[in-house]
Amino acid sequence: MEQLIAKLKAEIIDALNLTEITPESINENEPLFVEGLGLDSIDALELIVLLEKKYGLKLGTAEEGKKVLRSVKSMAEFIRANNKG
Amino acid sequence: MKPVYLASDNIISSLGFNTDENARAITQGQTGIKLHNDARLAPVPFWASVSDHDRLSQGFSQYADPSHYSLFEQLVISSVKDALSKTGIVVQSERTLFILSTTKGNIDVLDPDNAFHNDPSRMYLWNTARLIQNFFKLFHTPVVVSNACISGVLAVLIGARMIRTGKFDHVVVTGADLVTEFVLSGFNSFLSLCEGPCKPFDKNRTGLSLGEAAGTIVLTADRKLTGKDELQVRNGFSSNDANHISGPSRTGEGLYIVIKKVLEPDRNVDYISAHGTATPYNDEMESIALSRAGLSAVPVNSFKGYWGHTLGAAGIIEIVAGMYSMRNNILFKTLGYAEPGTSQPISVIDHNTKSPVNTFLKIASGFGGSNASLVITK
Amino acid sequence: MSRMNFHISDYCLIRHQKIFRKGELLFTGTEQKPVPFFTEAYKHFGINYPKFYKMDSLCKLGLLASEIILQAKDMPCRGEDIGIILYNAASSADTDRVHQRSISDRETYFPSPSIFVYTLPNIVIGEICIRQKIFGESTFFISEKFDPHSLYEYVSQLLEENVMECCLTGWLECEGDNYDGALFMVEKCTTIEDGIVNFDEEKIKEIYSQ
Repeated sequence: MEQLIAKLKAEIIDALNLTEITPESINENEPLFVEGLGLDSIDALELIVLLEKKYGLKLGTAEEGKKVLRSVKSMAEFIRANNKG
Repeated sequence: MKPVYLASDNIISSLGFNTDENARAITQGQTGIKLHNDARLAPVPFWASVSDHDRLSQGFSQYADPSHYSLFEQLVISSVKDALSKTGIVVQSERTLFILSTTKGNIDVLDPDNAFHNDPSRMYLWNTARLIQNFFKLFHTPVVVSNACISGVLAVLIGARMIRTGKFDHVVVTGADLVTEFVLSGFNSFLSLCEGPCKPFDKNRTGLSLGEAAGTIVLTADRKLTGKDELQVRNGFSSNDANHISGPSRTGEGLYIVIKKVLEPDRNVDYISAHGTATPYNDEMESIALSRAGLSAVPVNSFKGYWGHTLGAAGIIEIVAGMYSMRNNILFKTLGYAEPGTSQPISVIDHNTKSPVNTFLKIASGFGGSNASLVITK
Repeated sequence: MSRMNFHISDYCLIRHQKIFRKGELLFTGTEQKPVPFFTEAYKHFGINYPKFYKMDSLCKLGLLASEIILQAKDMPCRGEDIGIILYNAASSADTDRVHQRSISDRETYFPSPSIFVYTLPNIVIGEICIRQKIFGESTFFISEKFDPHSLYEYVSQLLEENVMECCLTGWLECEGDNYDGALFMVEKCTTIEDGIVNFDEEKIKEIYSQ
């Protein structure tokens, strides 16, 4: 799980052009949206593309999307639960 | 301010090749949004409103060889030709200006399978302007407005401003956009396309339908050329939400600003043609802006259920539909709308209604936080 | 107010690895290609705005040019009264090609929303407005070449008709390895101060050709 979380952090920084942010500075339990990293709606859509591109996982609904994308940890758990990480 | 009259117009879309054909279809509640299975445009079947390309080429062949002109060019030229046939203006004059409104123009030439792919300059909008200039032997190179989904409304209000300078007797405003793999895939990545024809302002709306169309409006300083009711463009404005590049402002800031400006000091409105794309956020934002502006009780509709969202053509063909409404005193229902679905109540037209329309307000919003408004009166 | 009272109060030129403001060379970069150069300049001017990194090349150019004009001073008028009128030839061609590449192979078909949103030239107006809190009239035009005459006529009309009180206007082009930014701030003024010149076609041409 540790490795997956580290990998995810790097992938997120790359996908969202968070150039001035280091993986170490992202807390995997912090919210990704509104507070924490403060990502926006386009970032959310990019994370959906990331999950599909890198892990072959499609999010079913907006509700599912909100839960899965809550934090790096919840993303990693989703990936693990679907046996993709 | 110097009057700006509306002379002739045209709409080419899935519902017909001139304004009357389109109006007939709309009166009958027909939608042009259908399920298409075209692997060149999308990996799975998709809903969209697409014009009849065979009929387009056939009609175009009376002007020139269709194999030398792209789909986009044929659409624009055919639309202009039809509008011009209904009015006797001489376009080759120094006192005539063309304005072209489009978001992506010939973008399909980027596709390696496109017939014009090996002509690298074909994708540039300035090149399309030159082509139109050469085709119609125009004195001035057409002005090109490319400003996302408000391009059409912007082009008309800019055209009106051009007439007011006194330098031009006529301004031909034309706009078009295609349904392409480029645009379909992009909106898909935004998860903003819906299954089936879109439902503007409806409680169960889930997104927009894409559409392909061309529209033309001839603006003129010559009162004798204006048709029934002497319709005039009064004024129009644009503004920015300064909030987000793709999502609309939650307070409808920019749209509220342009509505306020165009209705100053105390103009009453009989009918509003909204942008109404049927995305959850756009329609909600429009209801907020309209409510803030005190327009909740004014009949409002969206044409996106008939034509889909035709991007650079949208403002133009929806203004033409508004002009038709004014000349015939008819308000068209918002196709796809059944139940109110916005936090601010607004008066969505849900059945075709005979009603006098003396003042018409068109509003539009687009990517980049852009918003525009335009008022036409009798 | 008549056109006699319209002045260029500020201007920024960005080309050939150099950035000028009101004729003064502010920065010479070492990077040749556009995006690395824009990033170099962004860091040099201490612009603290992480959204910069998400922008495409055209928006980075526009953000830089507008920041250089507006960073060091108060806004010349209310946000609602500042207009933005911009021109270029290539529209958003660079980003269009990136998006096209992302859909060119059905095996690796991953269109990206953060790329697609930049396939419209007016997004640069949106980015400038967000950064500077500008709400006024704006339009993006496409023309084959920079056209001082059309710019002068149209912006003058907008100022005369009070559609705006001041205007950020100019040419923002970025395609492939070529970039060319020329941004002007035009204001209604009753007095002439240092660095303020008349807003007229000749002056625009002269500044653009510097």
